[in-house]
Amino acid sequence: MTGRARVFGDDINTDYIITSRRKRESLDPQYLRRYLFEELDPGFAATLAAGDLIVAGKNFGCGSAMEVAVTAVVGAGIRAVLARSFSRTYYRNAVNNGLLPVVCDTSHIDEGDCLLIEPGQVRNETSGEIIPTAPLPRIMLEIIAAGGLVQYFRAHGDFRSE
Amino acid sequence: MPGKTISEKILSAKSGRDARAGDVVVCRVDCALGTDGSTPMAIDYFEAMGGQHVHDPQRIVFALDHYAPAPSRSTAQLHQRMREFAARHGITLWDVGEGIGHQLIVETGRASPGSLVVGADSHAVTYGALNSFATGIGSSDLAAILMCGRIWLRVPESIRVMLTGQLAPNVYPKDIALVLAKQLGADGAAYQALEFAGPGVSTLDLDDRLVIANFAVEMGAKNGIFPASASQVAPVLPDPDAHYTREITLDLSTLAPQLALPHQVDLVTTIGEAAGTPVQMVYLGTCTGGRVRDFHQALSVLKAGGGPAAGVQLVVTPASRMVLETLARDGTLADFISMGAIIGTPGCGSCCGTCGAIPGDSVNVISTANRNFKGRMGNSTAAIYLASPASCAAAAVRGVIADPREVAS
Repeated sequence: MTGRARVFGDDINTDYIITSRRKRESLDPQYLRRYLFEELDPGFAATLAAGDLIVAGKNFGCGSAMEVAVTAVVGAGIRAVLARSFSRTYYRNAVNNGLLPVVCDTSHIDEGDCLLIEPGQVRNETSGEIIPTAPLPRIMLEIIAAGGLVQYFRAHGDFRSE
Repeated sequence: MPGKTISEKILSAKSGRDARAGDVVVCRVDCALGTDGSTPMAIDYFEAMGGQHVHDPQRIVFALDHYAPAPSRSTAQLHQRMREFAARHGITLWDVGEGIGHQLIVETGRASPGSLVVGADSHAVTYGALNSFATGIGSSDLAAILMCGRIWLRVPESIRVMLTGQLAPNVYPKDIALVLAKQLGADGAAYQALEFAGPGVSTLDLDDRLVIANFAVEMGAKNGIFPASASQVAPVLPDPDAHYTREITLDLSTLAPQLALPHQVDLVTTIGEAAGTPVQMVYLGTCTGGRVRDFHQALSVLKAGGGPAAGVQLVVTPASRMVLETLARDGTLADFISMGAIIGTPGCGSCCGTCGAIPGDSVNVISTANRNFKGRMGNSTAAIYLASPASCAAAAVRGVIADPREVAS
């Protein structure tokens, strides 16, 4: 998977990704995507293109467990988020919606860099840096490969025995 | 193999496997909570999964707490959808006005030692106070539980938090929670469990422990778990040789009243450092600061100081109807009303800006809540400070942030 890096800082909470106020108006990802990150930059959502990669520092997605903070990102055509660390609820919501969470050292990634995500590493094609990534446990890979929990359950009806 | 932490023991029992930190296991859930903030999406997921029947409706509860009462037609329709789904599948639903789901889980005895209780809301960590493995999940997880009664969980490593000593007068469990957030940072316990231990634990009763466990998520923790109290049956204890990633010690007797500054929960200082900062709105309520004792503590300081200062909007939102009824019976409510407080419907209220009073532009708010993110209460120009009920009351009295020990004396 390749994409253009869209870079954020540390401790981006879910209210910054999409405000609770917007969630009150609608749960539709195609509506919410227009307001992504509006608390940080009201003009940002208009510049976000399908296939872009969200890149952040530590503790991405902290705060509320609200799942629209993932579905609005997926709705914008984003397929992966790279961060030095994630809040655990954002991490699991990402897996459950087929959004690939990549834990890696993002400190040298700049806005607009072209990134190639490969098994076990991220290649920064702009800077040439190779960033190692941690492998995901089997069940998470299966859920992401299915496209999320909905597709996983449509296929299996239950969690597959380990 | 080393022994097990409390979390490893509970997740072993619920998965039927020898669950160790780092393992991913599929666990049977004893109880799952959905709120009006998360359940409508969960119903969408459930239907998209092809769900027909809820696996075990006895283990599911829904709470209408985030939009209480519904402030708009669209949120009212979310409530209608949840009521219809709950009635069709035989799920218990706590309607508008009954209170915050987390408080009702505790009041109705749904969390007990050794149980696995999850909630589609990050503050589900609250029930760790009861020696339960309690954690927040998403709407899709809730849908999977509706489908099969189970959830995938990564078994967390544990940080042992040793508490010693006893709190001084006018210092409260909220001050412990804030100082832990300061020490650990907003992600200091990411993916991990906080396991509380030490002689200081026995100085804290259930209400105290709920405040602290509720805050575990503000340090990134998956759960915050206390040992069982003496009155609880079938407690789950850690093995003496359990492995912890680190241990931190906190001497409760040394603590002063604390304050989280805008807009980060871990940006914590002693209240004296910020004394004199003007406040225009004081919020008493939420799943961490809306129980009977919280209001008693706040009222005591308010009475000692002669009531709120002119120009301060005081908002009181009990965590549940039971809390409200108790406050009505014991006269606390009448006292708040005579002081000019706004009394909100039991529920989440103003905490996340989804209903209730919203601060005006550039207003400074001091709140008993657990989050102070920019925009959290519905106005991104407001600044939110977090403190104990007594500290919030002291600020109401003075119209500026003040040390409750000075106001109360």
